[in-house]
Amino acid sequence: MINDNSIALQISNLFKVYGNQKKALDDVSLCIPEGSFYALLGPNGAGKSSLINILSDTSTATKGQITFFGKNLFTDKMWCKRRLGIVPQEAAFDPFFKVKEILHITAGLYGQKLETKWLDELLSRLQLDEHADKNARQLSGGMRRRLLIAQALVHKPPFIVLDEPTAGVDAELRRQLWSFVQELNQQGSTILLTTHYLEEAQMLCNKVAILNQGKIICEQNMQDMINVFAQRELVLQFNKPILEPQLADFKIQSDQKTMRITLNTEMSFHAAYSQAVQHYGEPCQVDIQQENLEDIFLRVTQ
Amino acid sequence: MNNARGTWTLFTKECSRFMKVKTQTVLAPALTALLYMLVFRYAMNDRTVVGFNVDYITFLAPGLIMMSILQNAFANTASSLLTSKIMHVHVYLLMAPLTAFEVALAFLTAACLRSMLIALVLWLVFLQFMDVWPQHLFLSLYFMIMGSLIMGSLGFCCGIWAQKFDDMSLITNFVVLPLTFLSGVFYSTQQLPELWQTLNSYNPFYYLIDGFRYSVLGISESDPQQAIMISSISSIVAVCLSWFLWKKGWKLKT
Repeated sequence: MINDNSIALQISNLFKVYGNQKKALDDVSLCIPEGSFYALLGPNGAGKSSLINILSDTSTATKGQITFFGKNLFTDKMWCKRRLGIVPQEAAFDPFFKVKEILHITAGLYGQKLETKWLDELLSRLQLDEHADKNARQLSGGMRRRLLIAQALVHKPPFIVLDEPTAGVDAELRRQLWSFVQELNQQGSTILLTTHYLEEAQMLCNKVAILNQGKIICEQNMQDMINVFAQRELVLQFNKPILEPQLADFKIQSDQKTMRITLNTEMSFHAAYSQAVQHYGEPCQVDIQQENLEDIFLRVTQ
Repeated sequence: MNNARGTWTLFTKECSRFMKVKTQTVLAPALTALLYMLVFRYAMNDRTVVGFNVDYITFLAPGLIMMSILQNAFANTASSLLTSKIMHVHVYLLMAPLTAFEVALAFLTAACLRSMLIALVLWLVFLQFMDVWPQHLFLSLYFMIMGSLIMGSLGFCCGIWAQKFDDMSLITNFVVLPLTFLSGVFYSTQQLPELWQTLNSYNPFYYLIDGFRYSVLGISESDPQQAIMISSISSIVAVCLSWFLWKKGWKLKT
C-alpha cells in the first residue's frame, strides 16, 4: 500500500563519475514512496548497479543527496544500513560456512539475534530448509541466489533492494519468490527491484523508472507509464487485399489483408477507423493492441 | 559502541574461520617453531649467547614465540581480508552497520587470539625442553598483545591494499620475514656489525622481541622501558592506520 505522504528514498541530483572519467550516473533524481514496489529498469551499463552500490555503501557518490526515511544516507549511515536489505547481483559467499551459519552471521552483523521462527520461515519460503546444513559452495546457482535473498531479509529491513534477484532461478521458484516478496510488500516493506524480466516488473511494481546512459528518462506510476508511453495499434483485417495502403493522418503498416494503424495518446480511435472504412470498406475483424512495458522500454532506450 | 553484537559476531566469525582450518593456522606454525627449536638445539648444543649468561635454547625460545605471534597475527588479518576481497564477500562487511572502529576491533582481537593460541601451544611444547616461566607475566602479555596488534594491523592494511595473492606474497616474503628474522630472534644483535645494530634500533620488531625476552628471562639488549614505549606508539599508529583505511574505503569501494 502506498502512503504518498511518506517517502522511503529520495535521490536528488546524484552523480557518479569513475576514475576513468566514465559518467555512470548523471544528475539522477528519483523518489520512492514508502510501501511501494518500485522497478528501476535500464539496459546493461545504464547505471543501475552504480546506483545500488552507492545505496549499499560499496561505492561512493561523486555528488548528490540521498534521503532514506528522512535521514541523510551519507551522514546517518548506520541508522540507514540497519533498515536496508540488499540482494546483490553477484552470488558470493564465505567458503567456510554453512547456510544456517551464514544467516546467523548476517543477522549478527546487523546487530540482531536471529529468531528460530524467522530463520525457519525464511528457509522454508525460499526452499532452503533441506540445504540449511550444506556449505554454500555445495549449492546450485539458483539456491545461491535464494540464499542471497534470505541474507538480505534476515534482519527484517523495511526497505529491500533486489538487484536482478531471479536471474538463473527456475519459473516455479520465481513464482514462489515473487509471492513471498509481494507478501512482504503488503506487510509494509518498500521494494526496489531491478530486473530484465519486464513482464514481472509490470505485474509486480506500482512505480517505475527507466534509467539509460546514467540518466532517468522517465519515472511514473506503472499504469500511468503504460497509459502515457504505450503506443496503441488499431489492427484491421479485410476480406480482400489492401491496394495502395495509405491514410492521410496516420502511420500505417499493411500486409496483404491486414492493416496496422499506429495511434498515439492524442489520436482518436474513431477517426482512424472512419478514415480506414472510408478508403477500404468495412473490415471483417477489428482489434486494438497496446504496447506492454517491454515494448515501451525497448523503444525509449533505443 | 554503535553495534556491539555486530562486532562480537565479526570477531567470532573470524575466530571460527581460523579454527575451521586449525591445522593450517595454529598447528602448522607451532610445528615450524618446534622444528627451529629442534634444529638449533642439536646444532648449537650447550653454547651460550654472546653478552648473556644464558644457554642458546633458553635464549631462542621467547624469540621464536614472539616471531610466531608476529607472523601469524599478520597472516590472519591479511589472508582473511584478501580472500574476502577476491571472493567478493567483503561487500557484506561494507553493507553491514559496523563502523570502521568496530570492524578493525573485531579483526584485530581475532588476530590476537590466534597469536595467543599459537604462543600457548609453543610454550607448552617448549616446556619439554627447558624449565622457563615468565619472570614478568603481565609484561609478557603486554608485548604479546602489542605484537599482535601491530602485525594484525599491518596485515589488515596489506589485505586492503593487495589485489592478488602475489601482492601479499611480496609483503610477506620481502618485508615481514626479513624484519622478523633480522630482529634478534636467533642471535644477539650485539654480534652484528655496527651498521646493522644502528638499523635495528629503528626496527619496532626488534623492541618487541627484545622486550618480550626481557619479560620472560629478565635479560635484554635494549632498555625495557624504551621497548614498551616504542611498541605502544607503533601499535597506536598501526591500529589508527587500519581504522583510517577502512573508514576511507581505500581499495574497497569503487
